[in-house]
Amino acid sequence: MSENSSNAAYWSANVRIILISLVIWALVSFGFGILLRPALAGISVGGTDLGFWFAQQGSILVFLALIFFYAWKMNKLDAEHGVDEE
Amino acid sequence: MSQFAINLLFVGASFALYIGIAIWARAGSTSEFYAAGRGVHPVTNGMATAADWMSAASFISMAGLIAFTGYDNSSFLMGWTGGYVLLALLLAPYLRKFGKFTVSEFIGDRFYSQTARIVAVVCLIVASTTYVIGQMTGVGVAFGRFLEVSNTAGLLIGACVVFAYAVFGGMKGVTYTQVAQYCVLITAYTIPAIFISLQLTGTPIPALGLFGEHAASGEPLLAKLDAIVTELGFAEYTAHHADTFNMVLFTLSLMIGTAGLPHVIMRFFTVPRVSDARWSAGWTLVFIALLYLTAPAVGAMARLNISELMWPNGGISGEAVTVQQIENEPEYDWMATWQKTGLLDWEDKNGDGKIQYYNDKNADLQAMAAEKGWEGNELTKFNRDILVLANPEIANLPSWVIGLVAAGGLAAALSTAAGLLLAISSAVSHDLIKGAINPNISEKGELLSARIAMAVAIAVATWLGLNPPGFAAQTVALAFGLAAASIFPALMMGIFSTKINNTGAVAGMLAGLTVTLIYIFLHKGWLFIPGTNSFTDADPLLGTVKSTSFGAIGAAVNFAVAYVVANMTKETPAEIKALVQSVRVPRGAGAAQDH
Repeated sequence: MSENSSNAAYWSANVRIILISLVIWALVSFGFGILLRPALAGISVGGTDLGFWFAQQGSILVFLALIFFYAWKMNKLDAEHGVDEE
Repeated sequence: MSQFAINLLFVGASFALYIGIAIWARAGSTSEFYAAGRGVHPVTNGMATAADWMSAASFISMAGLIAFTGYDNSSFLMGWTGGYVLLALLLAPYLRKFGKFTVSEFIGDRFYSQTARIVAVVCLIVASTTYVIGQMTGVGVAFGRFLEVSNTAGLLIGACVVFAYAVFGGMKGVTYTQVAQYCVLITAYTIPAIFISLQLTGTPIPALGLFGEHAASGEPLLAKLDAIVTELGFAEYTAHHADTFNMVLFTLSLMIGTAGLPHVIMRFFTVPRVSDARWSAGWTLVFIALLYLTAPAVGAMARLNISELMWPNGGISGEAVTVQQIENEPEYDWMATWQKTGLLDWEDKNGDGKIQYYNDKNADLQAMAAEKGWEGNELTKFNRDILVLANPEIANLPSWVIGLVAAGGLAAALSTAAGLLLAISSAVSHDLIKGAINPNISEKGELLSARIAMAVAIAVATWLGLNPPGFAAQTVALAFGLAAASIFPALMMGIFSTKINNTGAVAGMLAGLTVTLIYIFLHKGWLFIPGTNSFTDADPLLGTVKSTSFGAIGAAVNFAVAYVVANMTKETPAEIKALVQSVRVPRGAGAAQDH
């Protein structure tokens, strides 16, 4: 494989991971935290509902998980495509 | 020892520590001044970035805004953390690979245009200066309280300290100092929160206590809080009252803005490798999350404590606190100390010797007031920005905790103000003067102009900070809107699209910055001068879109204009396309080069 087509494959794999991550990012914050809160109102958490928990706690925890997942996944992908830093 | 002496001791000791570190790690060369020679470990860098990032807005202001509004202000929590996901996934690794010192250098090179670089510098200066105004508001509150002087005097003293402090060293001095500041501020934030959580819920972890049981009543804490605040005529704490569209836009603006703020992005230039830039963003968020997961608990618990202190005899059906109690009993001492700053006040309007605290705009409460002979809410002033600093006093915690919080609040304000001043000064001296006006300037001349730029920025910010456009966190939110509308789209398009050319990027940045700035000035006054606004955020120009939420729309304008203009003008040259390709892969990331 030439370097260019390998780099292109690397880049499209990266973009796919980014898109999936951003869907989750939006789902927990704008989704569960705000827009879908009424739909989650039935699930109660400590005196309030799950949407409130996502808005003030859950979204932050998911953000953390996303960033570490991305760093781990990309460092693996770098090595697979031979574009890691020597 | 008096509380004043204890505060001085804590603040003095923490300052001695920072200055000591700054001297020890003094920047020698320009490269060290800006980027700490890239020898910073991701965890260290994450901690310093967290200190840099968590400013007076996060430390002093945010929990207060949440306390008095409840769920509706969750935007601050999601917005200011969610931005790190954008930063880690969309910007940090590529900018590190690019390997220059400043954000505007990337924009100038990627869009092969001196104009683009200068426009980026202007955007950066506008956003950072607005940000510093918010910091100065917080600095004023903190210094006012701990020196027991008025807010204005506190602000002026604070400005001198910030300036002296920022001039000391560049990024390297600042990096290690900021690690120390992080430690001070996180301890100062969490210790009182742990104490209060133990008092109220018996749980040492505030984030769990928030969803735990209120020990005194056996009800869930949030249910108890909802009951108390609605009884006093205020909106239910956990319910959603805000306009949903505005809330989504506001959260999005804060997120995009986070990823577009130059002083945060600059941090990712200082890690050794591209993979470290990815980890570093994660570590930064870990350190930020420690505060952000605690903040909503601090807000809710403080609101509960304040309501109970004002109605100590079984809520609104019992008797209100008496003026005599406020003046004599030790658990009300905080009210007298904060009254001195002019940020808290009460008035016995009906002369019954008691202070009734309730929502006098609520019809039910007005009826009750008419019946009981109350003449309006008598806790006449409670500035949101004092809540966190007053919190340990409100909860009657030991005096060393109060001293610690004073030191923490100052650490938060100082570290961010210093980071921002550094970003402004490097923009002026490195990008504007060395990059555009006089490329042959000596290293000495460059450092001198950097320091002059700092002085000017702080003078402007202090002057505007005397009449701030809002509470610290609100002013800071405006800065995020500006960064969101100008810098972030240009950086993202520069990496993810080879199509956007020089003209497109310049037109996009100018359009995004201009519409956002105009929208903000229309609501907050031209150049933030009070009284020159035509609209207010209570009744905004466009539907429900407040000026603090406009950044996301500004960013959309930026993307759209850049795309359209780029399609109408000459294609990006091949060598720039190659540059974009090389930025996308980590291999070959060397040390940064000066010109």
